[in-house]
Amino acid sequence: MSELSEAQAKEYWKRNRNLMIRLMIIWFVVSFGCGILWVDTLNLIQVGGYKLGFWFAQQGAIFVFIGLIFYYVVAMARLDREFGVEED
Amino acid sequence: MELATITYIVVGLTFAVYMAIAIAARAGSTQEFYVAGGGIHPVANGMATAADWMSAASFISMAGLIGISYNGYGGSVFLMGWTGGYVILAMLVAPYLRKYGKFTVPEFIGDRYYSDTARVVAVICLILCSVTYVIGQMKGIGVAFSRFLETDYETGLYTGMIIVFFYAVLGGMKGITYTQIAQYVVLILAYTVPAIFISFQLTGNPIPQLGLGSTLAGSDTFLLDKLDRVLLETGFKEYTTSVRLSTLNMFAYTASLMIGTAGLPHVIIRFFTVPKVRDARKSAGYALVFIAILYTTAPAVAAMARLNIMQTIEPSPGQHVLIEERPQWFKNWEQTGLLAIQDKNADGRLQYVADPERNELIKLDNDILVLANPEIAQLPNWIIALVAAGGLAAALSTAAGLLLAISSAISHDLLKSTFYPSISEKMELNASRCAMGLAVLGAGYLGLNPPGFAAGTVALAFGLAAASIFPALMMGIFSSRVTREGAISGMVVGLGVTLFYVFQHKGVMFVAEWQFLPGLGKNWFFGIEPNAFGCIGAAVNFIVALGVSRVTGEPPEHVRRLVQEIRIPAGSVAAPAQH
Repeated sequence: MSELSEAQAKEYWKRNRNLMIRLMIIWFVVSFGCGILWVDTLNLIQVGGYKLGFWFAQQGAIFVFIGLIFYYVVAMARLDREFGVEED
Repeated sequence: MELATITYIVVGLTFAVYMAIAIAARAGSTQEFYVAGGGIHPVANGMATAADWMSAASFISMAGLIGISYNGYGGSVFLMGWTGGYVILAMLVAPYLRKYGKFTVPEFIGDRYYSDTARVVAVICLILCSVTYVIGQMKGIGVAFSRFLETDYETGLYTGMIIVFFYAVLGGMKGITYTQIAQYVVLILAYTVPAIFISFQLTGNPIPQLGLGSTLAGSDTFLLDKLDRVLLETGFKEYTTSVRLSTLNMFAYTASLMIGTAGLPHVIIRFFTVPKVRDARKSAGYALVFIAILYTTAPAVAAMARLNIMQTIEPSPGQHVLIEERPQWFKNWEQTGLLAIQDKNADGRLQYVADPERNELIKLDNDILVLANPEIAQLPNWIIALVAAGGLAAALSTAAGLLLAISSAISHDLLKSTFYPSISEKMELNASRCAMGLAVLGAGYLGLNPPGFAAGTVALAFGLAAASIFPALMMGIFSSRVTREGAISGMVVGLGVTLFYVFQHKGVMFVAEWQFLPGLGKNWFFGIEPNAFGCIGAAVNFIVALGVSRVTGEPPEHVRRLVQEIRIPAGSVAAPAQH
């Protein structure tokens, strides 16, 4: 394996952390936001037989969660390669 | 063929498969016993995690919780809470603990907080949440047997214990992993097949997730609009908008279930079984895909089965079914006590309304939505048998995962790491088998003699995990400044306030007579119910731990290095210094 210098390790962690923060904001928005806090407003919009807020709370948030995890997997694999810290 | 015969055949076949796997996947080392040798493929681990995760409660009770008790929208707390935790696991927990690369959760807490006391406190938290959780599974096994196979509860429980004993003691994590994969296949088929039939019957769309948003077959009315209207007419609240207590309560409830998920040891240890850090990230994603198949179907089952029941009782507005002419499935489930009726106004007809004075469907158990679903939809007997096998698979797989978490905490964290470090690997393996055997017997005993608190158990497990283990893990990974004193006091206080709030409402150990401080009123903390209190306990834990850490100096150098090392996927983690 390649050893990271302290500055590189810091930079790697910072990039990872920023990525996590961005994704966790989306995580919060689709569940606590669209599914709970703003549900009444979103319910005014009808998509098929679903009120939109209800759909986020019972279906949509879950689909977005899956997307978030796989986006993180891909983005981190790229970051690991860039810093040469992927495991062989 | 008779239903009972088919059920015996289907359940018998699944059990034979679990046994065969147990024999093929015996564990030969502690590494195999605790983490299945660490070589499980991420997709396989995702599937096993999904089975590990989805308990008897998810399979049998959740649709009913959503559709009946929480009246629709309010039940979203379970759907978002029990899936959103996987995002936290994938990004904030699993990769770092996988990098750390040991066997148990208390082991990480003990090393990171350089303290045997911290390890023992973590073991206590782990045992508290896992034991409360496992009681529910043992009860689920007994109940599923007695309802479907017409055995008595005890016989069912003993049979379940023998099966779990066999593959968990022989194979440890290795045996459990491969059986969980088989159990996932059984339970997901058992859940989705009836749902597909019912969605197709009601809406003409075979995909339940789409059927829930479709119009009813042969009309222009959307299913959810119809359900809203039927419920409003009978005095219930609207299905798609009825909030559980308050928006704040729903917020706290969802948050508690999410962070509880990310702090439950039996889920976390599943990520120790994959070869690499990136596999840990991936397998959290696959786990959520496999879980989402059930969790996005459940709200459709909830709404559709509720509508079916409403329409069985009141086929057209004002026309209630004659009690004499109620369907056969209704009578069948009355015998189990899950349904009960009482003709209060003596008109010979059945009225199901919100007003308890006039309501004649005096018992409608949550479990009925899933259990009676195939009969309500008049599906063939083999599907009913499949539902029985699915319920058992869900309960067995979760029970086994919990028992492994408990037994490895005892044999590895207490025996090997704390009290008897000189023990050889072979002796530790034998000890872990003994601990597993004892854990199975203990869980069986609690299933046979459920303490008064069995009813509230699963929700309590999440609250405890959220308030004790989750914050200790977060601070252990994301801060190198939190000290052993901080972590220990945080865990103890977080656990304490959560137990205080729950017991104050429901009685100490859930014995109703042992409630205290009744003057505070119900849900006195900003209207938050006890089941939703875990996130408050977690917040208290964070505040106490960070506060205490500020005045107790800095963790030693090797601990700060450990925190740096678990953040980088490559390389190995240095052995902790002796303490």
